[in-house]
Formats: sequence, structure tokens, C-alpha cells
Amino acid sequence: MAEAMTIERRHPLAGHVFAGTGVALTPAHAAFRTSLRCPSASVPGLSDALGVALPRTPKTSVTEKGRSALWLGPDEWLLIDEKTDPMADLGGIDALHAAVDISHRNTAILVSGPGAADVINAGCPQDLSMEAFGTGACSRTIFGKAEIVLWRVKPSVFRIEVWRSFSDYVFGYLAEAARDGG
Amino acid sequence: MLLIHCPYCEEARPEIEFRHAGEAHIARPADIASLTDEEFSRFFFYRDNPKGITFERWRHLHGCARFFNAARDTVTDKFLVTYPAGEAKPDLVEAANENAKGAT
Repeated sequence: MAEAMTIERRHPLAGHVFAGTGVALTPAHAAFRTSLRCPSASVPGLSDALGVALPRTPKTSVTEKGRSALWLGPDEWLLIDEKTDPMADLGGIDALHAAVDISHRNTAILVSGPGAADVINAGCPQDLSMEAFGTGACSRTIFGKAEIVLWRVKPSVFRIEVWRSFSDYVFGYLAEAARDGG
Repeated sequence: MLLIHCPYCEEARPEIEFRHAGEAHIARPADIASLTDEEFSRFFFYRDNPKGITFERWRHLHGCARFFNAARDTVTDKFLVTYPAGEAKPDLVEAANENAKGAT
């Protein structure tokens, strides 16, 4: 007789934790993520439907009621929401757009602490000073060999969105950098 | 590391985020089927490769992911100006003056 099988969904960074001097690494909670692309004529309609005004300024993000829209390019945004699925709000929209559910393509790592920017700079070439990359700033960029979306949630907390298959590499790289720096 | 100004991100970003994408301002012939082999090879394979100022396509691959055009000096590796794809070749004298103004 075949035994009943149970399949459990495992977080790609299950069991990964790191706390060092001045920096802590924490896998972020699961979240709904949508890759959204649209021409500028569609932006007002989509902003209304989503309940968050899609930012038009490079490197900026907007958060309303737990839903965030991150500017990635002149016609591209990343939507992140831990509670409700943005795809559900885009169902009946006539405005021209392309939305792709990437909730499980990405996972995220929260890098927090006074040394967070220095640790990220071990693999990321961008200027992360408060003047150049203030609170709320976000950008697609590179970390070591992996492409990431970097988002400064609070002055000393960064969220790194990374493809799940690269997450172990990025987490390991960050932990190594934190050990070296500490 | 070079800093390259992305016209879409509106700031200078590290070279490692970018990819070179060949010579710029090469228009695809309107009626490509009527070209002779010689004409097609001119369009498809032959590039200027000058020593000096060259116009190139670049892509901000690990950033906004958009293609844009740049004027670069192949001798000094200096970027003279970058501008959105689809725009006409800029006036380089004017661009040089703008850069000089920005530097002072």
C-alpha cells in the first residue's frame, strides 16, 4: 500500500540566520510580488487600481498600506505586498500593461544594523551613503555575481530581493563579508 | 572602474552594471530582401571601428535594463555624452562645453 505523501513548501533560506557585530541577516517573510510594465499613459489607471501611486522618479519607491511599488525602469516596477496579491487588483483593468506574478521567483534577505551598508558594499558597487541612496531608495543592481533589487527600507535596514536559486550564494556572501568586517 | 551616466536613471552608475551592445545609429534597410549580398554584408557585418570618437549602444543591464546610446573616445575611454535610444546624434562640441561647465 502506498503511503500518503505530504508535500511541504520550504522557504529557500529556511534555517539561514546570521547575527554579527553591527549587522544581522534575516530571511524575509513570504510576500506577493508582481513585475509590472506599462507605458506612461497607463500609470494613473494602474495606480488607482493598485492603491499605490507608481513612482516616476528613478531610484524611488512608494509604500501605501503595506503595498510597495519600486521603480526599476522608466516603464517597469516591482510590487511587493505581504498581505494581498496585487494580481487580484489588476484583473479587470483595461489600461495597457503586462503583469507577471513572480512571488516565488524571488526571495528576500533583510540586512539590518549600523554596518548594513558596508556589508552590502562588499559585493555591490553602488554608493550607499544617505545622500546618494536615502531611505526609500531602490535600484536593480548587482551583488557579486547575482543580480539583485536593493531597497533601503529604513536608514539601517536594507531589503535584498534576489532570485531564489541565487539566495544561498547571496546570503553566504553577505555573511562572509559581515564576518570579515566584524 | 568607470562611471557611466544612464540617461534613464539620471545618474552616473558603476561600469559593471552595463553591457556594451555594438555600434549605434545603424538603420535596418527598409526593403532588406532586395539587397545584394554585397550590400547586406556592408549593413550586417561591417563596422567603423574608429580610433577616436565612436557612437555606441549600451545597455544598463543590471539597472533599468534600457538600451541607450553613448559617444565615447576609444583612445581615452572617456564617455563624452549619453542619450536615450532613438535620439539623433548629439552635437559633440556642445556636449563637451556642457561637461566643462559641469566640471567647474
